[in-house]
Amino acid sequence: MTDLLRIEGISKSYPGVKANDDVSFTIGAGRIHALLGENGAGKSTLVKMIYGLVRPDNGRMEMRGAPYQPSEPRAARGMGVAMVFQHFSLFNALSVAENVALGMDNPPAMRDLARRIREVSEGYGLPLDPTRIVGDLSAGERQRIEILRCLLQDPKLLIMDEPTSVLTPQEVMILFGTLRQLAAEGTSILYISHKLEEIRSLCGDATILRHGKVVGSCNPRATSARAMAELMVGATLRAPARGASTPGKAALEVSDLTLPATHPFGTTLRGINMTVRQGEVFGIGGVAGNGQDELLLALSGEVRSAAGAVRVLGKPVGDRDVNSRRRAGLVTAPEERLGHAAVPEMSLTENALLSGAVRKGLARRGFIDWNAAQGWAAEIIAAFDVRTRGTATPAGALSGGNLQKFVIGREILQKPAVIIVNQPTWGVDAAAAAFIRQALLDLAAEGAAVVVISQDIDEILEIADSFAALNEGRLSPPRPVAGLTLDQIGLMLGGAHGTQPAEPDALHSAHLASEQEDPHVPT
Amino acid sequence: MTLGGIDIVMLIASMMVAATPILLAATGEMVAEKSGVLNLGVEGMMIMGAIGGFAAAVATGSPVIGFLAAAVAGAVMALLFAFLTLRLLSNQVATGLALTLFGLGLSALLGQGMQGIKPPATMKLPFGPLTDLPVLGPIVFGHDWVVYLSLALVMAVRWFLRHARGGLILRAVGENPEAAHALGYPVVRVRMMALAFGGALAGLGGAYLSLVRVPQWTEGMTAGAGWIALAIVVFASWKAERVLLGAYLFGGITVLQLRLQAAGVAIPVQILSAAPYLITILVLVVMSARGGRAALAAPAALGRPFHATR
Repeated sequence: MTDLLRIEGISKSYPGVKANDDVSFTIGAGRIHALLGENGAGKSTLVKMIYGLVRPDNGRMEMRGAPYQPSEPRAARGMGVAMVFQHFSLFNALSVAENVALGMDNPPAMRDLARRIREVSEGYGLPLDPTRIVGDLSAGERQRIEILRCLLQDPKLLIMDEPTSVLTPQEVMILFGTLRQLAAEGTSILYISHKLEEIRSLCGDATILRHGKVVGSCNPRATSARAMAELMVGATLRAPARGASTPGKAALEVSDLTLPATHPFGTTLRGINMTVRQGEVFGIGGVAGNGQDELLLALSGEVRSAAGAVRVLGKPVGDRDVNSRRRAGLVTAPEERLGHAAVPEMSLTENALLSGAVRKGLARRGFIDWNAAQGWAAEIIAAFDVRTRGTATPAGALSGGNLQKFVIGREILQKPAVIIVNQPTWGVDAAAAAFIRQALLDLAAEGAAVVVISQDIDEILEIADSFAALNEGRLSPPRPVAGLTLDQIGLMLGGAHGTQPAEPDALHSAHLASEQEDPHVPT
Repeated sequence: MTLGGIDIVMLIASMMVAATPILLAATGEMVAEKSGVLNLGVEGMMIMGAIGGFAAAVATGSPVIGFLAAAVAGAVMALLFAFLTLRLLSNQVATGLALTLFGLGLSALLGQGMQGIKPPATMKLPFGPLTDLPVLGPIVFGHDWVVYLSLALVMAVRWFLRHARGGLILRAVGENPEAAHALGYPVVRVRMMALAFGGALAGLGGAYLSLVRVPQWTEGMTAGAGWIALAIVVFASWKAERVLLGAYLFGGITVLQLRLQAAGVAIPVQILSAAPYLITILVLVVMSARGGRAALAAPAALGRPFHATR
């Protein structure tokens, strides 16, 4: 095995934090190498240095034996390093071809480029129409644009930062087929993820980071997911415990909820029906942009509908505002923590008051009871283990995981009859995620109806009793989670986004095709 | 060819003259907004162009030098705005309003003693006998060179934004500056150039008022033309051909209502005077309201400050 990139003793510090500390490892030519670690373990900083976005403080890198010190992304691209970003760097209002052209240093004329996009994308089983507007595409198709941008530059090393977090299982399989084909052609791939099963099926080598240091390396095919997880976290993990609960009467009923999209790239909700009973955890899966945000807005009361479309404990609230719904017992925690769930510039006390004033009686005759509000904020902080200096800290100063614990705790402690959460553990480290999931299960055990909207299928499988898929604004009929396979879920999430490859032969992965065939799957 | 005592051919010819200042200013503002910066100082840049162009033309006796000076005056104003909003990250709306007030005040100061002077006449393009053709003569061949320049600029901007790589980068910067920065494009420099171009065109538009359309210097003579240009950009959905349509519509109704007033039509003068503003906005609102897709043309990052360290 020849070495493509050798990293020796790289360190990088930011004020107050050592992002990388004496990191060394080697990527072989034509190998798929995994970089594993929790949020904040220093994975992103490390790849930014390889891609020339950040300069290391110490240490050296070698590309095929020659010193490698990119001062900017252009230099890295010139050396054959390409990167697919975790948060897509795409332009919604521009076409696919225009987006690709912007990512190239010397793009050919538009017509030639469109032809090459068709050729290359079909050659790798990632069909794309170069004339389409990016804002209309699914997350999987958008990611293809990023990958294509890289492939057209003929890279030697392809860096992928959490590429599967927004894909359906079928899209993940197509992506893996493409990556295996690339590796077989001699391209090295540095694959960043914290999804261990994916890494076990895809990668040949793995380097594990914790707190900026390399804590181990292994052959992921021969190591159990549990062992890798414990290396990542540095502690033993406990799965959430679910108490046996018997569903009570219907707490949340949604019948024929139809709402037009509110902005050009939004999704129209089409005839949504669902019933969630007391004590039930109802999981709603789906790829981003299929109506999750719109559904949350319609249920929370930020967008109103017909009175009978949403009922809480039998009472019609569809035409009521947010506070009336809170009074009726329905609370929500939206996906975007900063700016939607919490006001970043305001203190935790103020943020607690904004959502809890109605149910906790923190305002009387228009006057705020600040003592009670502060006491309640302190109660949330204590009960949900929010690491912060105190109730006067602005919400924006908290880390993602701590703020999410605060936001979810704020809603749970209002003792709601119905709680709706969107992406409750998005961007949250494993320990905090386990804590939040346990809190939601405990709330259900006390008799509340819990709706979890999530793009993380594993999360839904872990805590939900029933599962329904949201696809282009339509909600599938729910199915019990017990006995549901990953393939069935993938098909419920919908192949409607062109997830079928143009030429299945191009995948070079017969075993994938056999996994996709399941005679019992509803379509 | 007359209709109700109004000569249609002369009406169209004078419509083009009346529309040219707004067309120039709106085209420039469209380019600036496509890069993601909202410059509300169009009125201030126009009036600085009007006084700068007027003074230079009177001093040198050459309208060409006057227009050049106007473009420079407008661009300098725009670069002042660019420095404040792009480098010092001041609020774009407040800075734009301040730029207008600053331009109105400074031009009044500079224009002391300029009242009543007649500027040198701007040359008409020598089309020879073509100018004497019926109908086509006055409409197509009877104008000064600035009218043709303004039409050429609209076409050039349309082509640039659609087909040129520079235009693609400009749109990318206005759409998602963070992504453009990550790909290695100089967001601030692109925006500065777009703003300077917009300022130069606003300056030309202002000079056309003081050198051709009026032609003399009066304090506050732009009289809201900059605001109409801003409105036209929005309601034209940031499309060059619709900016042309909007500007000519406004110019046409301005001229028409003047003729109607002169012809003594029994409509109150106030309604006639308000008509160009009302009808232009109404027509463009109807056009931009058709289909939700029109909203797509708006640059997604319009008015949002960008700083590379975020």
